[in-house]
Amino acid sequence: MDEIRKRFIQGFIILIAILYIGRLFYLQVIDETYKLDAQNNAIRKIVQVPFRGLIYDRNKKLIVYNTPVYDLYITPKKAHVQDTLKFCRLFDITRSEFDSLTHLARIYSPVRPSLFLRQLSKEEYARVQDAMVDYPGFSFQISSLRTYQSKGMANALGYVGEISPERLLKEQEKGNEYYRQGDYVGVTGLERFYEDELRGQRGEKYVMVNSRGVEKGPFKNGEFDREPVAGKNLISSVDIALQDYADSLMQHKVGSVVAIEPSSGEILAMVSAPTYDPSKLSGRTFSKYFQTLNLDPLHPLINRPPSAYYRPGSTFKLIQALIGLQLGVISPSTGFGHAGVPMKCHCGGTSSSIQLGIKNSCNPYFYNVFKRIIYNNKEQNLFKKSAVGLQRWNDMASKFGIGQELGIDLPNETKGKLPSVEYYDKVYKGPLRWKFSNIYSVGIGEGEIVINPLKMANVAAIIANRGWYVRPHLVKGINEIGNIDNKYKEHISAGIDRRHFEPVIEGMVGAVNAGTVAAEARLSDIQICGKTGTSQNKHGQDHAIFIAFAPRENPKIAIAVFIENAGFGGTHSAPIASLCIEKYLKGKVERKAMETRWMNKSYLANVLSAKSASARPNKEVKATVEKDSTIEDYQLRNLKEELFKLDQANKPKAPVFKIPMQPQAVLPKNQKIAPKKTH
Amino acid sequence: MKREEQISRNLDWVTVLIYILCVVAGWLNIYAAIYNPEHPIWIFDDGFFDTNSGKQLIWIGTTVLLIIAILVIDHRFYDTFAFPIYGFFLFMLLAVLVVGTEVKGSHSWFRIGSFQLQPAEFSKMATCLALAKYLSTPLTNLSRFKDQLNVAIIIAIPPILILASNETGVALVFASFLILLYREGLPGMYPAIFLAVVTLFILSLIFEEWQIYIGLAVVSALVVWAMPRYERKTKNILAILGVAFCMGLFVTGVDWAINNVLKEHQRNRIRVLVDPDFDRKKTGYNVRQAKIAIGSGGLLGKGYLQGTQTKFDFVPEQSTDFIFCTVGEEFGFAGSLTVVGLFIGLMLRLIYLADRQKSRFARVYGYGVVSIIFFHFLVNIGMTIGLMPVIGIPLPFFSYGGSSLWSFSILLFIFLKLDAHRSQMLSRW
Ligand SMILES: [Zn+2]
Repeated sequence: MDEIRKRFIQGFIILIAILYIGRLFYLQVIDETYKLDAQNNAIRKIVQVPFRGLIYDRNKKLIVYNTPVYDLYITPKKAHVQDTLKFCRLFDITRSEFDSLTHLARIYSPVRPSLFLRQLSKEEYARVQDAMVDYPGFSFQISSLRTYQSKGMANALGYVGEISPERLLKEQEKGNEYYRQGDYVGVTGLERFYEDELRGQRGEKYVMVNSRGVEKGPFKNGEFDREPVAGKNLISSVDIALQDYADSLMQHKVGSVVAIEPSSGEILAMVSAPTYDPSKLSGRTFSKYFQTLNLDPLHPLINRPPSAYYRPGSTFKLIQALIGLQLGVISPSTGFGHAGVPMKCHCGGTSSSIQLGIKNSCNPYFYNVFKRIIYNNKEQNLFKKSAVGLQRWNDMASKFGIGQELGIDLPNETKGKLPSVEYYDKVYKGPLRWKFSNIYSVGIGEGEIVINPLKMANVAAIIANRGWYVRPHLVKGINEIGNIDNKYKEHISAGIDRRHFEPVIEGMVGAVNAGTVAAEARLSDIQICGKTGTSQNKHGQDHAIFIAFAPRENPKIAIAVFIENAGFGGTHSAPIASLCIEKYLKGKVERKAMETRWMNKSYLANVLSAKSASARPNKEVKATVEKDSTIEDYQLRNLKEELFKLDQANKPKAPVFKIPMQPQAVLPKNQKIAPKKTH
Repeated sequence: MKREEQISRNLDWVTVLIYILCVVAGWLNIYAAIYNPEHPIWIFDDGFFDTNSGKQLIWIGTTVLLIIAILVIDHRFYDTFAFPIYGFFLFMLLAVLVVGTEVKGSHSWFRIGSFQLQPAEFSKMATCLALAKYLSTPLTNLSRFKDQLNVAIIIAIPPILILASNETGVALVFASFLILLYREGLPGMYPAIFLAVVTLFILSLIFEEWQIYIGLAVVSALVVWAMPRYERKTKNILAILGVAFCMGLFVTGVDWAINNVLKEHQRNRIRVLVDPDFDRKKTGYNVRQAKIAIGSGGLLGKGYLQGTQTKFDFVPEQSTDFIFCTVGEEFGFAGSLTVVGLFIGLMLRLIYLADRQKSRFARVYGYGVVSIIFFHFLVNIGMTIGLMPVIGIPLPFFSYGGSSLWSFSILLFIFLKLDAHRSQMLSRW
């Protein structure tokens, strides 16, 4: 019996041992979760934010940089504030803010530092530094704030902000796992387009911490650490002096100025008026400022040059003339009278050449040019003739970038609209149900054509180059000049032979020197070649458009100026273009009186009355829409609505004799366009 | 001179070797447990002897002296003075209640300079001697109620005094003498009841009361059904139903006791056992961190002094009660297996030695040593891997602490001394 009991005891001990060994094997070898838990316990990842790339202008002037700012951190366990009131005064916070901030920090961790106040400037830092000895447990950590030298370029440069949850999701769906919540990213403009280049690569440092969260040196001697890589610098093609100058001219106005160097496609200036202060969107003031901007009826957050919608008006006649010449349906000396043309004209009779047609901006002349473009083909049936002619015209106009994306290095470029055969088939509910008489308003840049200022500046560049362009772009180098996508170097033909340009340019010279352009827009020593455009507007004054290049030979600058609700283009936009050209070509402006006058000129009253006229019936809708939509959404919807309205407006029953209403640039949504055009 | 030669020849060197391996490994792990990578202290640095590993080195040194003393003292001393030794430690247990120092809520320490001694640790050895003495008196028979009662009294007095000084863990160790008693002829019913009680206790923690009632009813019915026809008498059936009823009563009692008698922290310790994720921050924290440390060790461990959980104090009490976590993290499954192996080897060797004793005194004492070591092994390692509730008792020879090292060394070497003289101890019965 003793023997049995001995065996029993031995067996029991061995049984327990086997049980324990099995359990240990499970814990240590099979179950992997404890390894992870151990890492979470003892290893902490510290993210090192890389230095975001700088942006220079074409003359190597720094326009965007990072200012050191100071973030205040609190370690609740060590923090001791004797005089809370004094502390609050020092940092300009309220007592309740102080309480909730310390409370949050304590919840996060009593022993780890947590962010208390963000982005104190160097001045604020200097002011509070001496007082900090009285407040143990508070420490400063240096970080950086995106700073923009020029306010005039806000929309083109964009701004930097914390990544939105939607954007984060979108990036992840695209397979981009880089971003984490709380990361700063370029939200719009160049900051967004060149985000990958500018942001650099974040660094990661793994440190070991003890059970109280105190750092205990690098993990595995820094084997897994990664140094942060600074972002690349951008060299912008913008001439910041010209940019600022154009911006100052656009004060008290709503609209755009786009200047391009024709030979390179480099954008010299891109003003969207009104503008905003991008620095205020990077710092602590973001949410307040953003709200203000977003609710501003003038929509300063929309980058008008590549994103707004206008009809080109008479500036489109340049393209019509070139297409007509290229097709051979007119010659430089072709003349047309006003007879039989359902359009008004102030030019005083007959334009006996293409040059005069352009100089006078004669509507009947281009009615006839367009009629020839459409009808000059072998088809017998008028409807078939129209379809074939329109298709050919559409192909040729597309080559000027109309209805196409030019591919500028900015987000949110709009295509605009160039009516096609399919489009009219749809509008007239079937093929071969429309002919020239239904569509002729397109011939003078009205009707269904929608463009943006960038496109028209590019058209000026095409004419300046006598037939080709380089995709307009804002960055001429990443880290070094020339280091850009090859698509920004390639010459793109507009499909018009070089010889056809001289008569058109002759017309533009005529327009400036003795035609539709105000006399003050002329320069005595530099020949500006330009074309005016005017868009009538239901709710107020017309939009004034002027496109030009200079000098005539070997042009250095092509420019488009759009001013909303200003009136006649030759009177209101041309002088501003002229001043910009002078500024750029001569480096300074001698016409000081004119300069001052134009800087002070305000069209805001016109714009606002137009806005309120159009907005009144839909006030409520507008408010709700704006409150919770992003700019992109807003613009997309806006474009769709505009196009829908255009469709509506061009139903066959519209009256003939009135020029179709201009779509209001950018705004408003839900605007009704009155039926027009009858037969 | 002659006797010393005899000792070295007759001493069981296998046990001694295992003992040395345990103590050395224990010290290395204590060094690792308190190791601070920013201020590594080596043996010759100032302040080394203020650290746990430094002090443990002193304890190890003094232990060697103690062992020599034990081996030098005549082997008949332990037999002869078993009861006086027992009496002495009972006195010490009383004395500590009066003049003792409180450490971590337990009023069970004597303080001598910067060193502390806990008489409770030594009372295990004294009780073991007393039991051996009592059972080796001729004509004791553990199937007799009178002897059962006397033995129960000998075993029960020390833990009662220890409980009074608020040292629950050590008191529980005395339950381990059931193994010894079982070996010495206590009817198998007692350990069976004990195991049944423990099992029911754990079941009552895991399951609801009514579930256990149903389970008991089903099991009783099955037992009756499985009985041979001739055994199926009313008396037997009633007995089975009686047992089932008692078990049900016990379960109800346990639930009641847990909810009404135990204090909050005690209740939590038990709850953590069946529900490890309960209360992660407080009670569960220790168990969870212990499991993380051991579990993150993997097959071969992170390497000596490389354990992040160990170095950075995630496991509390790591040089004492949770020393096994250091082994598990830095030496992995291989290390754990080695330590478990050392203990199994030691216990099986001791059983072998105990059974070759010619005197009953030595044999009973040997089984006592096995019982105590086994209980410590069972509970200490069990709690670090989440199979036992957290009961603060040390891992023999490994854990930091002078009382523990001294008392286990004395316990073990008295037996080795007895074993060395087994041929001279031709029993007196
Ligand atoms: Zn005319």
